Amino acid sequence: MSFEILTYSFMHRALISGIAIAILCSVVGLFLVLRRYSLFGDAIAHSSFGGIALGLLAGVYPLLTAYGVSIISALIITKIKDKYNISGDASIAVLLSSGIAVGLVIIGFSGGFTIDIFSFLFGSILLVSVDDTILILSLTGIILIVILLLYRQILYSTFNEEQAKVSGIPVEKINYLIVFMAGITVVTAVQLVGVLLISALFVIPNVTAIMYGKGFKQTAIISMSFSVFSVVAGILISYIFDITPAGTIVLLSIGLLGGTMGIKSAGLLSKN
Amino acid sequence: MSIVEINNLTVHYPDVKALDDVSFVVNEGDFLGIIGPNGAGKSTLFDCMLRLNTKYKGIIKFFGKDIRDSKNYLKGIGYVPQKPIFEKNFPVTVNDVVQMGLRNESDKEKIDEILQQLWIHELRNRRIGELSGGQQQRVFIAKALVHDPKILILDEPVAGIDQQSIELFYSILRELNSKQKITIIWSSHDLDAVNKLANHVACLNRTLFFHGESEKFFSDDKLVKQYSEASMQEHMHHH
Repeated sequence: MSFEILTYSFMHRALISGIAIAILCSVVGLFLVLRRYSLFGDAIAHSSFGGIALGLLAGVYPLLTAYGVSIISALIITKIKDKYNISGDASIAVLLSSGIAVGLVIIGFSGGFTIDIFSFLFGSILLVSVDDTILILSLTGIILIVILLLYRQILYSTFNEEQAKVSGIPVEKINYLIVFMAGITVVTAVQLVGVLLISALFVIPNVTAIMYGKGFKQTAIISMSFSVFSVVAGILISYIFDITPAGTIVLLSIGLLGGTMGIKSAGLLSKN
Repeated sequence: MSIVEINNLTVHYPDVKALDDVSFVVNEGDFLGIIGPNGAGKSTLFDCMLRLNTKYKGIIKFFGKDIRDSKNYLKGIGYVPQKPIFEKNFPVTVNDVVQMGLRNESDKEKIDEILQQLWIHELRNRRIGELSGGQQQRVFIAKALVHDPKILILDEPVAGIDQQSIELFYSILRELNSKQKITIIWSSHDLDAVNKLANHVACLNRTLFFHGESEKFFSDDKLVKQYSEASMQEHMHHH
């Protein structure tokens, strides 16, 4: 085996995009996990399926419609949830199934374009174009800057909503901002692991990192490192062995979670 | 000088009147103990004062201004809730939690100062969920104090905390009030503690039963008896 694969430009694009998505998902996902909103990413991803189908049907670039549909439906479901007092998990179920339903009906109308849809269901990181890569890098940069600027407000309203309100933080606006950023992140990440495995990028590295018993910034850094490692190793291994990248990435991050659990139960990590 | 004014505060919940025409004034430097049985409306009163409940009748003023007009007054307030709710394994250290209270990111040395003052400096890199109830409570006071508030509001802050921690907690409150001149508004079940610490008392049982200097209240056996009976009845009523 040689390092030849590192000279292909599609591999460069895949690795650069993959690293950006890994960092983005782990940061946005940390807030979702801590808000007990772990499956929200999944729900948005499923609604993006409807958006992708819509784009394919209309002959528009499918990711564009996916961004629109995902962000709008995520914001609407959040509004409905607050207004009618629906629990978080139930609202996720509503969002998740309606996205798929819309997608299926549209596919039915069009007579089926199953090959394109397949790449969105399971990701196609080796196929990202130069334009895709630029878009992924820009969105990642913007979201990370927003999070850094509003770091205290986002963390505080995640930690305790009521106290954050009393400290004068516009908690509701922050909540919508997080939903908005999660919408963008999910559709961006669909290219890497597809609609069906998105939760893995949002949740697994964070659940693993939280076990290390550290403070917030260290937890975020540990999570990012695990996420980047899984994605880079996943892309390379899957290429070498000609297996699916999405599945390999997710299995690697599950491996890290399992390893961490092992270390923890062996008493090598602080208990809490 | 009055720093908080509550005028004719009334709150209706669907089936009960939680507060009925409550009016009182808190002056700068006061240490006010608010006592009253469960369901007396203490938390409702605080929720209104902190803009967590805006469905009230009457007027609440902080620093001379109606709080309906602007939430700027919150900058002058530190709030310690009854039992801070958070996930046990939430990945934040003591330092992270106290930092949340900062309004101005540049004041980081202030954190060390407060942590030392509250005897939790050596815990600063520990996760909040690993600490005892008393230690956690001090962390939340540190968070409430780190932006130099003029008023500290505490909602039954010692519920479920061991006696030793309570003593330390009380001595800290006394010092904040006497040395740093922070106005304290504190709700409690513990009549003895209120007697020892507060210089003003407000007895609340949906209506304001008494408000004035604590000496006046505690030296009047009749008042104390009346209050105790009222809260006892309430207690029986609830069980």
